[in-house]
Amino acid sequence: MIPRHLLIAVAVMLLAVLVLGFYAGRVRSRVTQFPSAAQDVRPVTPPASGPTERVTLYVAYDDAGVLRAQVANIPLPAARQQRAEEVLRSLLGTYLAKDSPHPIAAGSEVRAVYLVDPGLAVIDLNAAFANGHRSGILEEELTVASLIQTLAANIPGILRVKILVEGRDRETLAGHADLSDFYDASAVSQLAGQLQAGQ
Amino acid sequence: MPDRTHTRQRVHIDCWVFTLLLALTLPAGSADEKKIAVFSPAATYSILVVDRDGREYAGLLEVLEPLGQVSSRTDGLHWTLRYNQVEAEFTNGKKRARIAGHDFDLPANFVLENGRRGLVPVAALNYLLPRILGTSVNFNPAARRFFIGSVAVHFTAQISRTAPPRLIMNFTAPVNPSIATEPGGLRMTFNRQPLVAPGTSTLTFDDREISSANYSESNGVSEISVNGTVPLMASFSNDGRTITIAPAPQQAAAPPPAATPSAGSVTGAGPVTPAVPGVALPTAPLQPRHFYAVIDAAHGGDDRGATLSDKLLEKDVTLALARRLRQELEARGISAMTLRDSDANLTLDQRAIFTNTAHPVVYIALHASSSGKGTRIYTALLPAGGENNGPFVAWDTAQSAALASSQAAAQGVAAEFARRQIQARTLSAPLRPLNNVTSAAIAVEVAPPGTDVMDLTLPAYLQNVASAVANGVAAGRDKLGAPR
Repeated sequence: MIPRHLLIAVAVMLLAVLVLGFYAGRVRSRVTQFPSAAQDVRPVTPPASGPTERVTLYVAYDDAGVLRAQVANIPLPAARQQRAEEVLRSLLGTYLAKDSPHPIAAGSEVRAVYLVDPGLAVIDLNAAFANGHRSGILEEELTVASLIQTLAANIPGILRVKILVEGRDRETLAGHADLSDFYDASAVSQLAGQLQAGQ
Repeated sequence: MPDRTHTRQRVHIDCWVFTLLLALTLPAGSADEKKIAVFSPAATYSILVVDRDGREYAGLLEVLEPLGQVSSRTDGLHWTLRYNQVEAEFTNGKKRARIAGHDFDLPANFVLENGRRGLVPVAALNYLLPRILGTSVNFNPAARRFFIGSVAVHFTAQISRTAPPRLIMNFTAPVNPSIATEPGGLRMTFNRQPLVAPGTSTLTFDDREISSANYSESNGVSEISVNGTVPLMASFSNDGRTITIAPAPQQAAAPPPAATPSAGSVTGAGPVTPAVPGVALPTAPLQPRHFYAVIDAAHGGDDRGATLSDKLLEKDVTLALARRLRQELEARGISAMTLRDSDANLTLDQRAIFTNTAHPVVYIALHASSSGKGTRIYTALLPAGGENNGPFVAWDTAQSAALASSQAAAQGVAAEFARRQIQARTLSAPLRPLNNVTSAAIAVEVAPPGTDVMDLTLPAYLQNVASAVANGVAAGRDKLGAPR
């Protein structure tokens, strides 16, 4: 006959195995809920640091086909170039949000903004932004006008803007809006006026 | 970067290079393309013929689209086409087809491409189309020319024994061929007229200076060659129903023979020379063809444009709309040329070059979108830079001198849309090739009238849009001026 204390010890050990097994299963399922590094399309840019400042974003609204000026408070670094990048990242953040008025592709990112004197700004966007952009004259020109007008409104002295994708020239954004040329900031400002008026 | 861009793009608009490019590019492209010309009371158009398994095939949707309301759906290997009330069913890789409940055997297998484009052997069109269209069809397979209904234009030719002699050709409907003079004769090419052969293909005249005329047709085009021993000239009268051919005056015979540009993928109709009613003898040398409007169906070929739905591509909507717009303009007496009349590839630079070479009064690009409602009319948003240098005009800002005319044209078209209660908005846009075109240039982007994007295929809606654009252009003729 098996001694009583031995039976109790075996039962406790079996119970411990079951509890640990259940716990291991829970932990594993929780881990698989996180995307792998390769799938994660979220920007890897570190958050900006600096005092919070008020900026004006020209936000596109697809439903009415208009641009609307919106004030936002975002942390801005002191350097002019980094400020330009942060302003545009804030704009793209608006478009990437869940209730975006002008949705853009997941993973869209401003890679860099180069300010070249005199008065030239070069916006370098990533491939996800351009390749996933919706095709259409109005959709594309809302995006382009929004980027350029936001940049020109918050970074003084910008006269011309060039848009690159992954550091390279591209003919159009998604089949319509021309990216091969330099944009005249004052001409885009007039266009933004038309788009704001909803003419 | 700016230097490179500007160096690349500084081009003299009227430079002979454009003419050379046009002369080299168009005939080269057209020589390789097999086409079927379709002539019907509703539309005249051409579609491309493709070779599959050593046989000639044509897209059935492309054939029927300009003729009426047509739709298709794919279910696995089965492809069903609906034209008005007639339904036709085909199976990929099978010869058996079913039209309006009756079975037919095609001479070769039906081909379904990309899950949506149904190709039928060209030889089968002769008996497929009468059953689908419910009307008589006359097909000349050797020349690849289709006549739907009673549209044929006949002609007679008679020599007038005057001094100098005149060959008087009378047509049963107005014609506007492109004309080329060449040593030993004169050649008239009828791209868009349903001209049919006379009783005999060679007509001989008992005259030393104008000896004979030959009729020929191939690849959708008919041609009349008039043979002579002296340089010949043609003049039009009787509203384009009569062409009189006579020896050229002495001073006009000296220059080397000139040919009008031939139309490759570029098709259109327009007056060759101003018709002089009642005047039989030529009084002026031949003029190159002038088109009032150039219509550009945006995208095409590999460039599909926006994917409007899983069944609808922007390039297909723009082509259907361009065909209707050309008809609407021509119905108002406005000569119009379409830059593409098939699913052809054209770069933005090519579109601008062809347009600038044609010197139209107005260039109209057509786009389609699933976003928003109604229409949007765009003029060029000119890029930065663009310094002209003497007679050389910067390519990127070639539109600048014509921008005011473009805006007037856009306003005219928008007013017509408003009159028809179609929502319209005028904007500038960074949209090539608007900024490269030297004449008035607008782009019309058509969105569905309601929430269903498939409404963009509704013939009534497309017709209304095309008619509004044509009315807007016609109303602005006084402001825009005459063809150069």
